[in-house]
Amino acid sequence: MNIELILFGAFALLTLLSAGLVIFAKSPISSAMSLVATFFFLAGIYVLLWAHTVAVLQVLVYAGAIMVLFLFVIMLLNLGESTSTGPRLTLSRIAGGAAAAGLLAVLVVAIWRIPERVETFTGPQAVANGFGTLAVIGQTIYTKWLLPFEAVSLLLLVGMVGAVVVAKSRI
Amino acid sequence: MVPISYYLILAAALFCLGMFGVLIRRNALVVFMCVELMLNAANLTFLAFAKQNGNLTGHVSAFFVIAVAAAEASIGLAIVIAVFRSRGTVNIDEIRTMKH
Repeated sequence: MNIELILFGAFALLTLLSAGLVIFAKSPISSAMSLVATFFFLAGIYVLLWAHTVAVLQVLVYAGAIMVLFLFVIMLLNLGESTSTGPRLTLSRIAGGAAAAGLLAVLVVAIWRIPERVETFTGPQAVANGFGTLAVIGQTIYTKWLLPFEAVSLLLLVGMVGAVVVAKSRI
Repeated sequence: MVPISYYLILAAALFCLGMFGVLIRRNALVVFMCVELMLNAANLTFLAFAKQNGNLTGHVSAFFVIAVAAAEASIGLAIVIAVFRSRGTVNIDEIRTMKH
């Protein structure tokens, strides 16, 4: 039992627990707070995967910016607990549960049949190459992925303008 | 060393939880949050394969997914605000103008 496996187990359990709370929480506010917790635990798992940069982005962009936006909208719309319908077992819920369980079963069987390759390309070699560091990822983005990067910046600009246009009552 | 299949199974469970939430919740904001859960499951898969194969394409893809999720959240929440302003509700069962 090594420390990496223990940390992975703890983070995975906490991630699934808080993700379940997102779905089953009564008020949207507690859903949002559980989602923040999920993002933090996922950032821990990303660090275990040697993705330090993505973990930092996860905390800054997801748990910071996007969730503040969500909380702001929830507070603005003043949604109380009245919007929740309670734990009724309707047909759509049973169908949704069956669909999700079926997809999970298919995915688990498919993943189980992947031939396990023991070697992973991390270790002293990866440390020397700076695997997952901001410098190396930045270099990759600005050399091989420059056009998608510019497209994403354009997308964010369009999103910004579009959000103003949609939410404005009269243009 | 944690095998890659553990990460993939965690991502699959997270994706199915998000899908379950999208299917059963009626509050549009919670549906958006569940979509974010599904995007995070996709990110986890990208990063797991990036570690397995030792190249950084998965990290770059996760970066792009985060950027697209930010754009999606801003537009989606603007639409929710616009709908709430005209209908007074965010319950997606009561918003069925396009359903005829």
